[in-house]
Amino acid sequence: MIVAKKKPIEEIIESLKDYRRILILGCNECVTVCEAGGKKEVAVLASALRMYFMNQGKNVKIDEVTLERQCDHEYLEEVRKTVDQYDAVLSLACGVGVQFMAEKYMRTPVLPGVDTCFMGVTEERGVWTERCQGCGQCILAFTGGICPVSRCAKRLFNGPCGGSTKGKCEIDKELDCGWQLIINRLTELGRLEDYEKLMPMKDWSTERAGGPRKVVREDVRS
Amino acid sequence: MSEPKTPSKLEKILRAGHLAVTSECGPPRGSDAHHITKKAEMIRNHVDAINITDNQTSVTRLCSLASCIHLKLMGVEPTLQMVTRDRNRTALQSDILGAASFDIFNILCLSGDHQIFGDNPKGQNVFDLDSMQLIQTVRYMRDEGKFLGGDPIEKPPRIFVGAAANPFADPFEIRVPRLAKKIAAGVEFIQTQCIYNVEKFELWLKLARDRGLTEKVFILAGVTPFKSVGMAKYMKNRVPGMDVPDEVVKRLSGVPKDKQAEEGLTICVETIQRLKEAEGVKGFHIMAIEWEEKVPEIVERSGLYPRPKVD
Repeated sequence: MIVAKKKPIEEIIESLKDYRRILILGCNECVTVCEAGGKKEVAVLASALRMYFMNQGKNVKIDEVTLERQCDHEYLEEVRKTVDQYDAVLSLACGVGVQFMAEKYMRTPVLPGVDTCFMGVTEERGVWTERCQGCGQCILAFTGGICPVSRCAKRLFNGPCGGSTKGKCEIDKELDCGWQLIINRLTELGRLEDYEKLMPMKDWSTERAGGPRKVVREDVRS
Repeated sequence: MSEPKTPSKLEKILRAGHLAVTSECGPPRGSDAHHITKKAEMIRNHVDAINITDNQTSVTRLCSLASCIHLKLMGVEPTLQMVTRDRNRTALQSDILGAASFDIFNILCLSGDHQIFGDNPKGQNVFDLDSMQLIQTVRYMRDEGKFLGGDPIEKPPRIFVGAAANPFADPFEIRVPRLAKKIAAGVEFIQTQCIYNVEKFELWLKLARDRGLTEKVFILAGVTPFKSVGMAKYMKNRVPGMDVPDEVVKRLSGVPKDKQAEEGLTICVETIQRLKEAEGVKGFHIMAIEWEEKVPEIVERSGLYPRPKVD
């Protein structure tokens, strides 16, 4: 899933201070799972904002809606009839949802309510960690199923570097060294000899370096 | 080990079978080249080549290439350290050509410390290539006479290719395979991390020897003298990938404070003397951090002076 975290309330208040009619728009997908922007978080944030503006003596109308997804036209269309009632929309979806909403409703300010962090997993409730950076050319078959792009702080293809200590990364003693994980996994798989194969230079053109990306499937295109 | 492939003095000394001695200087945090030339002047007669570090620990400094040119202008052989942290493959190849245009004949290929340790922790890192791929790049440019993109290079660089090895980093079981991998990538000389745990280094060296690796690459053992017990403790506890045994710390703390520097130098000399006998060690890389004036004494006391002359 895409993992996001709530923005500090002060930052949200600052971005909304000039508006009187606000829609807080949640998303029922990834941000619900990582507890940053689902229906529950929308309700909690709406209450906090109402209380804040009331204490400030400001009459601000705050409504709550949570869509199934904010990355598909059909769900974003659900607010078409009501969106003009608002001075601004605070989207608690990931950056993808915020942008798709903004593209669709050109005259409505759409503001982000979360910071989008990475593609990752729920390690345990309240702990999410990164697994993928969407480089566009998966190499997990060669690295024991552990990704050096997302799990090594230097994205080394032939790691580990000299900073790996007791299985941890040089930048943070709490952070696993991605290459230690790769080596552990190759060992378990009985494929440690694969470690000595030199990984070729990465073609980064399928990653961010190649500019905004697009996937087209003619066979399913409508 | 066969004929030299480059005009590098370091390569000639190693291929002639002499024990090589290299050292390193860190460039200043400013534009006064005097810092670097002064350090080089102190040690020029006692070493075969001087490494210039490349924004070590990610702290911004006068650039490695310019510093190497300053050494070259004073007739000292530089080794250009180059990290992949700050440059993409275009910039790396461009700087390699720049170095070659000034007859800089040695390069040390590194990935580089993470930028979080430096003065720009909020900056981006590059790591378009890693250190192994940089080794491959230099060898390809030199031996094939081509850019990575395939175009021919007019007057390809002639550079002796080195890399670092840390026998002490984790996990130990891949330390020798990792050396093998660098050799497969095309590395010709290795400068190791500072050696304090001599036994562990000797074990690494034995495992490398058992695989025939010491015949395929020139290994220069890295040493750094301790100035004080405080420095030893700092290196032990704070510097990633460093192995300082308790006995060494104990030995330094067993002498009065004003004698600790002397003891540190003695430990360094003893390490060199012991490793001179080790099969597979082809020289020494003396990293006297901000203590360059002691390099001549270390070299002389270790019986490595005078330095051999080669054509």
